[in-house]
Amino acid sequence: MTDLRTHAAEIAAQFSDHLDVSEDEVETKLNTLVSEYKVPVDEAKRSVTNSYLAEAGIERDEIGRGGTEEVLVNDIDADEQWVDLRVKLVDLWEPRSDSISQVGLLGDESGTIKFVSFSTSELEELDEGESYRLSNVVTDEYEGRYSVKLNRTTTITEIDEEIEVGDNSDTVEGALVDVQSGSGLIKRCPEEGCTRVLQNGRCAEHGEVDGEFDLRIKAVIDDGNAVHDVIFNREATEELTGIDLEAAKTMAKDALDTTVVADEIRADIVGRYYSVTGPTLGRYVLADAFAELDGPAEYENVLIKARSI
Amino acid sequence: MSQSNTQSIRREVARRVFADEFNDASYTFKESDDERAPVYLLLPTGEQANRVFFIGTLTEKDDVGEDSEWWRGRIVDPTGTFFVYAGQYQPEAASALRELDAPAYVAVVGKPRTYETDDGDINVSIRPESITEVDSVTRDQWVVETAERTLDRIDRFDDEANEYARMAREQYGEDISAYTQTVITALESLEADDELGSPTTVESSPQP
Repeated sequence: MTDLRTHAAEIAAQFSDHLDVSEDEVETKLNTLVSEYKVPVDEAKRSVTNSYLAEAGIERDEIGRGGTEEVLVNDIDADEQWVDLRVKLVDLWEPRSDSISQVGLLGDESGTIKFVSFSTSELEELDEGESYRLSNVVTDEYEGRYSVKLNRTTTITEIDEEIEVGDNSDTVEGALVDVQSGSGLIKRCPEEGCTRVLQNGRCAEHGEVDGEFDLRIKAVIDDGNAVHDVIFNREATEELTGIDLEAAKTMAKDALDTTVVADEIRADIVGRYYSVTGPTLGRYVLADAFAELDGPAEYENVLIKARSI
Repeated sequence: MSQSNTQSIRREVARRVFADEFNDASYTFKESDDERAPVYLLLPTGEQANRVFFIGTLTEKDDVGEDSEWWRGRIVDPTGTFFVYAGQYQPEAASALRELDAPAYVAVVGKPRTYETDDGDINVSIRPESITEVDSVTRDQWVVETAERTLDRIDRFDDEANEYARMAREQYGEDISAYTQTVITALESLEADDELGSPTTVESSPQP
């Protein structure tokens, strides 16, 4: 019951400005759903919250959360959580739609995260390089990647404090066991801001276009316990394989076939051990730094362990 | 917490297993009734393997096909021999076997396949997804890594919650001490190499 009580207190606090709601009343409603109708707690919370929203005649993003928690951006691992952040505005991007007032990258010592601020929220604009305390932002998830949305209940406080922005990069190590399709010499859509990889000369968004050549590798690193998808961009591909874009184009021209580039790359790197470090984007690690693990095999400790069994 | 649905089709991990243990495996199973569900080979140390990764010395290769190319390769690690078969449906691996000259160090990613012999024995081989030439340093790293992974499995063999160990006990028996010995044999071969000097700097196959 204590869990329900906590949830009830949270919900009651959210509506304290709008309705006269008691914790007992909320708890009773939750309890009815959870105990009598076997509704999962999350769904029950949602349902009860919605009923109060309707009663108060307000939208979901207009209610505040009683005491949101300050978190580090790299600790955000769930959708639709209300959190507070202490962050520096690292980068501002060009909004793709009029409904977006600002979009960019926020960072704290744990790493960086994308943020979006909507025009309808009528928030003050953030300045690049400045640090802020943001209260009541809500997390969002798309294909395993998290972002935060500012909303009309968000309070923005500029703070006079230099925040060191960390990098939330991961390092994966293991055998490179596959170079996947879409690797090697590829063509990208030339439309401004698109860069989608063309399939048979077609962009999924812009149809048939005259693509621009690029190099990349989508690879799989496997350590025998887990697999990691890794992307090497053009620079990383050139460094890893020694094949630059011009050389790749020449290879393809000579063979009248672009797939020779991926074949050559495959022969060079599949079956070797690598350590790859970079930020994660969805399920991919973007290879910022990497090294082939080609030192002498250190078998002594393993041998001692085996002999002790 | 909500895991993204896009990750529901996970790529199968490539297990690390020495030839000696791999060739002792014979029992395969599926974890769902779906026709396309992955088939797993049960390793005697208690792990499922839908994919394996190994590095060894290609010692022989033959085109044993009748109507079309069907390459068989013998690939040797410190404990035994892996048999790989590649034909028209494994074009990359088949062309690698066609072009390689034995002996050569090769890295193989592939799927275990079992077949029943005329005597009713179950033999196990590998249908390769890729075969690439590597050097002896990489090969030695595989030996150490495979020793570690095998010891990890041996460590977990007595864990009550380890369902694959329970299956392995039923299928292959309780005694896995032979595989500790396999690990020791494999590692001692590296030790012996070290004492002979440093062959690890020698290129694996002379270029013609």
